[in-house]
Amino acid sequence: MPALTKSVIEVSGCKTTLRRGGPRGDSAPTLLYLHGAGGSGNVVGFAESLAERFDVILPDHPGFGESDLPGWLDTIHDAAYFYLDLMTALNLREVHLVGSSLGGWIALEIAVRSTSRIKSLVLSGAAGLNCAEARRGDIFMWEPEQRIRNMIVDKGLAEKILGMKPSDEQAAIAVKNEFATARLAWEPRFFDPHLHKWLHRIDVPVQIVWGDTDNVFPLPFAHHLQRHIPGAALSIIARCGHLPHVEQPERFKQIIEGFVDGLMGKGVAA
Amino acid sequence: MKFTLFHLMPYADLDLEATKDYGTSWLHTPNTFYDPEKGAALYDRYLGELERGEALGFDGIAVNEHHSTAYGMMPSPIVTASALARRTKTVTIAILGSALPLRNHPLTLAEEHAMIDTITRGRLITGMVRGIGAEYHVWGVNPAFSHERFHEAHDLIIQAWTEPGITRFHGKHYNHEYVNLWPKPYQKPHPPIWIPSQGSRETIEWAAHPKRKYVYLQTFSPIKSVAKYLKMYRDQCAHHGYTCKDEQLGWAVPIYVAESDEIARKEAKAHYENFCNRFLKMPIEMLLPPGYSSIESMKGVAATKAQLTGDVTLELCMDLGMMICGSAETVRQKLEHYWKEMRFEHLLSMLQFGTLPADLTAKSMNLFAREVMPKLRRAAVTAAAA
Repeated sequence: MPALTKSVIEVSGCKTTLRRGGPRGDSAPTLLYLHGAGGSGNVVGFAESLAERFDVILPDHPGFGESDLPGWLDTIHDAAYFYLDLMTALNLREVHLVGSSLGGWIALEIAVRSTSRIKSLVLSGAAGLNCAEARRGDIFMWEPEQRIRNMIVDKGLAEKILGMKPSDEQAAIAVKNEFATARLAWEPRFFDPHLHKWLHRIDVPVQIVWGDTDNVFPLPFAHHLQRHIPGAALSIIARCGHLPHVEQPERFKQIIEGFVDGLMGKGVAA
Repeated sequence: MKFTLFHLMPYADLDLEATKDYGTSWLHTPNTFYDPEKGAALYDRYLGELERGEALGFDGIAVNEHHSTAYGMMPSPIVTASALARRTKTVTIAILGSALPLRNHPLTLAEEHAMIDTITRGRLITGMVRGIGAEYHVWGVNPAFSHERFHEAHDLIIQAWTEPGITRFHGKHYNHEYVNLWPKPYQKPHPPIWIPSQGSRETIEWAAHPKRKYVYLQTFSPIKSVAKYLKMYRDQCAHHGYTCKDEQLGWAVPIYVAESDEIARKEAKAHYENFCNRFLKMPIEMLLPPGYSSIESMKGVAATKAQLTGDVTLELCMDLGMMICGSAETVRQKLEHYWKEMRFEHLLSMLQFGTLPADLTAKSMNLFAREVMPKLRRAAVTAAAA
C-alpha cells in the first residue's frame, strides 16, 4: 500500500497537517477524507489502502491532531468554510469527498454551501441531523473503554484495540480531539437543526454507508439522512459498528470504489 | 471573623439502596426517586434551619445552585434566597453562586439579584460561578465556551448594575441593544461579589485584580489546598501592589459538633460519608467535560482518576482537614488554629450534610453557635488588638 506523506500547509490562517499519497495527475481521481471525532489516527491504514487508486488527502481538522486550533473555530460551519478554502488553496477539482461521523457532518455542511469542486459524496455514519426515531449514543458520557466497546461490534477487535496502550503523544492528541469535538458538536449534540432545510442543494451523487450495529447513530439515522438527500444510495454493512473504516475496511473500500466506478461508467465523470 | 451558615439542601430522603447502581446522584438517577411530599417537608425543614441561623447569631446565611441532582435541591438559588429574604431581618443572604454561563440571558440574573438586594435593603451577596461539569450535560451549554461565557456574563451584569441606562452590550455570546435595569441594586455600586472555587490560578488572578478585589472562597478542599490557594490570592494582591485584606478571603467547610469527639464522630460518620460517596460523587466524564478545564489540566486526570472518584471515609477527611468534627472545644481549637494561620475573615460552615437528620443538625448548629462562634469572635478581636 502506498504510504501517505505528511506535510503542513497554512489555510485560513490555520497551520494544517495533512497526509497525502497515491497516484497524482489529471487521470487520478482525488479523494478528500474528513475524519471523525476520534481524529485521523484510526483512518491512516484505510486511507493508505484507498491510495492504491486515489490521490488521497487526509487532513487533521482545525483543532484536531497536529493541526492548530484557530481562534475562529467555534462551530461546524467554520470547519465547512475552512474546507472550501482548503480545496481552493490546493486547487482540488472533481473531489470525491468522504466523511466519517463528525467528518460526514462537515462534508454535508460543505456540500450545501458549494459543490463546485466536488464530484461525489460518501458519508459514513454521518452526524449532522437529528432523528426522532432513535436516540444517539452520548460519546461524551462514555468512559474511554466503554466508548471502544460501544463503537466496535467485534469483541475480539475491541479487546485488541483496548490492549494497545497509547503513547503520551497519542494520549495528548486524544484530549485535544475531545476538546475540539465538544467545540463543534456539544450542543446541539452532533447536529445542526437548520441543516436539513438545505440538503436539497446537494447536486452531486451521494453514497451513504452505515454499520448495521452503529450504537452512536443507530440505523434510523441512516434512513433519515437518505430521505433528506434526493437520490442518495444507502449501503448497510453487516456486523459493523460506528467505524466501518476500522471494522470492515475491505467492504467499505469496495463500496467506495464501486460507487466511483459507477459514476465513471454512467458517464457522470466529465 | 464572620460566620455564614451554608446549606446545600440535599434530597436526604433518597433511597440510597435502590439508587446505588446508578453510581452517582447526578443526572443519571431518574427523578422517579424524587417524592414531592418528601421534597416539600425537606424544603420546609432546610429553609427553617437557615432562618434559625439569624436567631443563633450567624452573620449570614448562604444557598447555592445545582441541577438534576439529589446533591442539592436548589436548581434556582434565586427562589431559595427569595423565600429567605422576607423571613429574615438582619443576616446577609449569599447566593454562592449563580452559574453565569448556564444562562442564555444573564441579564435576568442582574435583574433577579437586584430585586433580592432591594427587597432585603442591601443584604445580598452575589456569588458568581461557572457551575460544575455535570451541569454542562444537563443544560447542553457547551463547556468549550464556559470561560468565555462566564467573563462575558460578568461584564454584562456589572455594566447593567453600574452604568446609568441606557447602554448597549455586544459580545460573542450575549448581545443587547438596550441595557437599562429596573430595579438597580440597592447597594452601591452593587452587592459584594464572592467567587467560590475549588482552587484555580486563573480564577484567583482574576478575582484578586485591583479592579475587582472579589472575595475568594475556597470550598470543600483539604486544608493544605485551602492554605495554598488563600496564600496564592494574597500573593496575587501583593503582585498588584496592594495588601490583601482578611475580608477578601473565605473558607467553606462541613462541620459537626457534639458533646464529645467520640459522639461527634459516631453521629456524623454515616451521614458525612453519604455526602461524599453518594451525593457528591460523579464519574469523571460528568465532572470534567471537555473544555470545562484547560487542556493542560486534563492531561493528568487519568492518573488521578481514582483520587477524584474513589470512596472516602470520615476519618480520612478529618485527617485532611476537609471536615471539622468533634466536641465544641476541639472544633474551636482547630478553627482558631487554621484562622491564625490563614486569617480568612469569612468562615462558611455547612452544618447539615448528606443524610444528617433534623435533630442532629439542630444540636450541632446550637453547639456551634453558642460554644464555638463567640469564642472565635473573641479570639479574632484579641488578635486584631494585639
